[in-house]
Amino acid sequence: MTALEDPRLVRVLAPDGTLAPTPEAEQYLPLVEALTDTELESFYRDMVVIRGFDREATNLQRQGQLALWPPSFGQEAAQVGSAHAARPQDHLFPSYREHVVAHIRGVDVIDIIRVMRGLTHGGWNPADPRNGNTHIYTLVLGSQTLHAAGYAMGLVLDDRCGTGDAERDEAAIVYYGDGASSQGDVHEAMVFSASYRAPLVLFLQNNQWAISVPVQTQSPVPLVRRGDGYGMPSIQVDGNDVLASYAVTRRALDEARAGEGPRTIEALTYRMGAHTTSDDPTKYRGDDEEQWWAQRDPIERMRAFLAAKGASDAFFAEVDEASRDFAADVRARTLALPGPSREQIFANVYSEPHPLVDEQRRWLEEYESALEGDQA
Amino acid sequence: MTETSTSMPFSRALNAGMRRAMRDSDRVLLMGEDIGRLGGVFRVTEGLQAEFGERRVLDTPLAESGIIGTAIGLTMTGFRPVCEIQFDGFVFPGFDQITTQLAKLTYRLEGTHSFPVVIRIPYGGHIGAVEHHQESPEAYFTHTPGLRVVSPSTPNDAYWMIQDAIASDDPVIFLEPKSRYWQKGEVDVTARALPLHASRIVRRGTDVTLVGHGAMVTTLLQAAALAESEGVSCEVVDLRSLSPVDYGPILDSVRRTGRMVYAQEAPGFTSLGSEVAATVMEKAFFALEAPVLRVSGFDTPFPPAKLEGLYLPDADRILEAVDRSLAY
Repeated sequence: MTALEDPRLVRVLAPDGTLAPTPEAEQYLPLVEALTDTELESFYRDMVVIRGFDREATNLQRQGQLALWPPSFGQEAAQVGSAHAARPQDHLFPSYREHVVAHIRGVDVIDIIRVMRGLTHGGWNPADPRNGNTHIYTLVLGSQTLHAAGYAMGLVLDDRCGTGDAERDEAAIVYYGDGASSQGDVHEAMVFSASYRAPLVLFLQNNQWAISVPVQTQSPVPLVRRGDGYGMPSIQVDGNDVLASYAVTRRALDEARAGEGPRTIEALTYRMGAHTTSDDPTKYRGDDEEQWWAQRDPIERMRAFLAAKGASDAFFAEVDEASRDFAADVRARTLALPGPSREQIFANVYSEPHPLVDEQRRWLEEYESALEGDQA
Repeated sequence: MTETSTSMPFSRALNAGMRRAMRDSDRVLLMGEDIGRLGGVFRVTEGLQAEFGERRVLDTPLAESGIIGTAIGLTMTGFRPVCEIQFDGFVFPGFDQITTQLAKLTYRLEGTHSFPVVIRIPYGGHIGAVEHHQESPEAYFTHTPGLRVVSPSTPNDAYWMIQDAIASDDPVIFLEPKSRYWQKGEVDVTARALPLHASRIVRRGTDVTLVGHGAMVTTLLQAAALAESEGVSCEVVDLRSLSPVDYGPILDSVRRTGRMVYAQEAPGFTSLGSEVAATVMEKAFFALEAPVLRVSGFDTPFPPAKLEGLYLPDADRILEAVDRSLAY
């Protein structure tokens, strides 16, 4: 909690929604001031809509419709701000809790539901233009940081960054958490991206807890300082402040795209819910802590800011209704999802034909049709 | 010697194969520790950075997970990375990226993306080196769906199989018998003899079928020559492809000889030899005159180098198994 008092912290909105930039935030104000009212409202809308979706998905799991759900509850501002900061040509590599990021980039959230319902391991095609260059979730902690580093290295090797053309230059952003920050792959991703000056933003959502282990066990020093050791500019931002999250990511991606090399961002936020629906936070953390963070809720903060700017009650009511409609639509579509096909077991194990897989596919076909014949 | 066929050591054949693949496609790039300026600790990539530049031949940081993980990312920008792991025992820091990511990503992505990454691993003993430098880790990879695993035994196969591995849209674990790097052989640069995943009968015989891969093929041929002097005719099959296994030539051979001995440097318990033996017994049971026998490294860590001669199967241990097979 004291990390929120760090002098390096970038924060634009105070917890009560007033514009109160920290000293470090002053340099980012032009980026914030350039946001239109429509953009500001869409930031708020995205946070509210996905919080409603996230709650509905949690309910669906409780009702036996999903195998598991990892809630994004509480982390909406860090995700909305960073995702809106990316340009269309940028690639985003999520971990497995970035439902807001995926939604903003165009992924149909029913594809996330399909993963958690046990229908597919992937869910969507990152190369489909509708998905906004959003890569699929990665469940092994930190693995995706190396994929993103390699992708960004490829941008360097192909001269797809650093040309000075902001419309053409590309970058990548990868999401990981405070628990994953202890993984060796995150270290290696920083080494490789630094060595090749890869256009990569390593976006750490520090939600304070790796399931039941507090961030202090991952690191005795603020995680933002890790980037210093790799020679990367590193920024600590109040991840419950959507405007600050947007501004720092916007600049970091612009700099990376321009060929200035990788950057790290530590967004301080809080996992308001359980790690997943299999978790029970009451066993390891207290109400007082949850209350402290509830007072710093990202949605309440932005709502107060917009209200003070003159947003109408009708606007807020309309967003709440949109969120309810969105959740209801997801529920209906979830219950209507078809089951998987037997063929999925064997399809795409390899890109090219494989005799063992083919043999086993044929065997299962014959075995199943014999059973069906018996039943007939 | 003609223009189409030239004699060269195994390591030069690999080098020539990679050079040709890199000339054929500018999306092929090499990455690994010490492979550029130095040409690799075995000099397999010697001269390639000089020809293709530092953007095609990357001297990477010393981190195997980083090499494999970034190779995965590089495929997403259209590259076809060929990663060198310095020694067999050093692949394990990259094992997670190989098995949980590289092997499964095409499946996870439901076929929308391919991951054409080749991982070259100098494997096996016979070089008298320290710990972690003489191992045969093939079973870890053949046990992993999504990977293809191959191992050439001759310079000609080295030349063609590395090109075919690079051309494969699937990840390929490419096991190089490092003790054979200096062995010379004819390379026909005009045409490949066999597809990547074909096994091959390399010596005809009538009494016992001997099966193995990589460096072991030379040992099997030595054993076959010794057996011949004792009046026993051995057929030798070079597996070449460890996953998938091309059972056609093996089963054809066993159906003729009725006996099979599988030889491998790796520990025998849950090894590739166990799998091949089980499959041959399932598919050619009534042709067998004796159980399929395995000659393997012992189920111990690879011992200190001064003991490797006792640990590694040699022609005498293979012949001992041949005798046991014939005694049934």
